[in-house]
Amino acid sequence: MDCTHAQGLIDIYLDRELDPVRSLEVEEHLRGCARCAESQGERATLRRNLKNGSLYFTAPSDLQSQIRRSVRQAAKAEAPAHWFSPGWYKIAAPLAAAALVVLIVVPRFLGSSPDELLTQEVVASHIRSMMADHLADVPSTDQHTVKPWFNGKLNFSPPVSDLASAGFPLIGGRLDYLNNRPVAALIYRHEKHVINVFVWPAEQTSSSSTPIKTQQGYQVVRWSRAGMNFWAISDLESNQLAQFTDFLKSSTPAYPG
Amino acid sequence: MTQTFDIQLPKRFVDSPRVPEYSLGESSVGNKSVGGVVLTLGGQDKLARFERVILPHLDAAYNLARWLIRNEDDARDMVQEASLRAFKFFDGFHGGDARAWLLATVRNTCYTWLQQNRRSQATTVFDEEIHTVEEDAMNPSALALKSGDVRLLRESLEQLPDEFREVIVLRDLEEMSYKEIADVIDAPLGTVMSRLARARGKLKEILCARLKEKA
Repeated sequence: MDCTHAQGLIDIYLDRELDPVRSLEVEEHLRGCARCAESQGERATLRRNLKNGSLYFTAPSDLQSQIRRSVRQAAKAEAPAHWFSPGWYKIAAPLAAAALVVLIVVPRFLGSSPDELLTQEVVASHIRSMMADHLADVPSTDQHTVKPWFNGKLNFSPPVSDLASAGFPLIGGRLDYLNNRPVAALIYRHEKHVINVFVWPAEQTSSSSTPIKTQQGYQVVRWSRAGMNFWAISDLESNQLAQFTDFLKSSTPAYPG
Repeated sequence: MTQTFDIQLPKRFVDSPRVPEYSLGESSVGNKSVGGVVLTLGGQDKLARFERVILPHLDAAYNLARWLIRNEDDARDMVQEASLRAFKFFDGFHGGDARAWLLATVRNTCYTWLQQNRRSQATTVFDEEIHTVEEDAMNPSALALKSGDVRLLRESLEQLPDEFREVIVLRDLEEMSYKEIADVIDAPLGTVMSRLARARGKLKEILCARLKEKA
C-alpha cells in the first residue's frame, strides 16, 4: 500500500468502518511510514477532541418536559371520542358527511373496477393540483431537495430524478392522497404541459406496465418498477408521454436498493 | 441524455420486519372502522410507545438542531416542532433505528427553517470539490495541540457549511455509523464517506487558517 492510498483510508480506519483485510494493510503501512503515522496521530487527536463531550449540546431539561407536555396534548387530541362526551359533536358532522358519500356517491361507482376507480382518482387529483394554486408543496428543480422533503411525511422514499436534460424538468413535489394512502406526487413540465407522477410502494416487486389510456382528454399511464407503483398523467400527446415515461423508467433502477 | 441516480430506499424504515413488541400497534387493536373512516382510539397506546422509543433521543435531536441552527432559542423550537411532527407520523415508523428516524425529521425541519430564515451568516461556501491541505502547511503536532482548544474548534466547526458540519456532528459527536448517517441525510453510503472526507479536510483547512492568523 502506498501513501496516497493509505491517506485515503486512514479516516475510514479510525472510524472502524474499514474491512479487516484493508485495516491490516493500513496498520502495516503505518508501522513502516512515519509520515502517515504522524498524520494518523493528528487525525486521531482531532477526533478525540471533537468527541470528548465539550462540543455536545444536551437538551435543556425544561425543553424535555416542555416536549413531553406538548406530545401528551397532541395525544389527547387523538384520544377516544366517547358517546355523549362534549367532543362528540365535532366528529358527528364528518360522520354524517361520510354517510352521505356512502349513500350517494358509492352506488355510482359500484359498477367500476378498482383500476377504473383509481384512474378517476388520478385524473381528479391532476385537475385539482392545477386548479388551486397548489401544484407543488416543495417547488424545486433539484432532486436532492425534493426527495429528502418527503422524509417524515411518508413511510417510504420515492425515487426522484430530474429529466431536465431530456426536456422534462422537475419542478417540485407534493403530498397527495390516492388509493387510500398518502402518496408522493412529483411534478414535471414539458413546455407548457404539466405532468404529475404519483408514486407509492407496490405490493409486488415485479415490474409491469400498461398501455396509455385516455380519460377526459388526459393521457394516463401506469407501471411498476423497483417495488414502486407509478402513475403518470398529463395533457401531453400520448407519444410524448410515452417518451417521458421511458426516460423516467431508465433513470429508476429495476430493483429496489 | 438521461442520468441514473442511486436511489437506495432507506429500507429499514420501509419494510423492516416489525419488532414483536410493537406488533399489537394501534392499527390492529385500538381503531374502529366506520364506513371506511378509521377513528384512532389508541392515542394513549401510541403515546406510551412514542415516549419509550423516541423521547430518549431528545439530546441527539437537540445537539443536531443546535449545530445546524446555531442559536439556542430557534434550536429549541426546531426540536419541539420536529417532535410533534414525529409523533404525528409515528404510525409510519415500523421499528428500526429510532434515533436515525427522529434525526431525519429534525434535519428536515431545520433545513426548511434555514431556507426561510437564512441570514447572512459566516459560513464558507459548500463546495463538493476536495481542497487538499498541503500536508506540511502546518506542523501537525501544533495543530493537534491547538485542536484541544475547545473554543477554536467550536468556532471552526460552526464556520463549516451545513452539509459538512452535519456529517461531522453525526459521526464524531453523535458517534453514528456511516449507515446510520446515510439514513439521516438520505444519501448513499458513498456520498456519506466522500462528504465526511471533504468535511474533515475543510475543517483542518479552517483550523490551520485560524492558527496562522493568530501566529
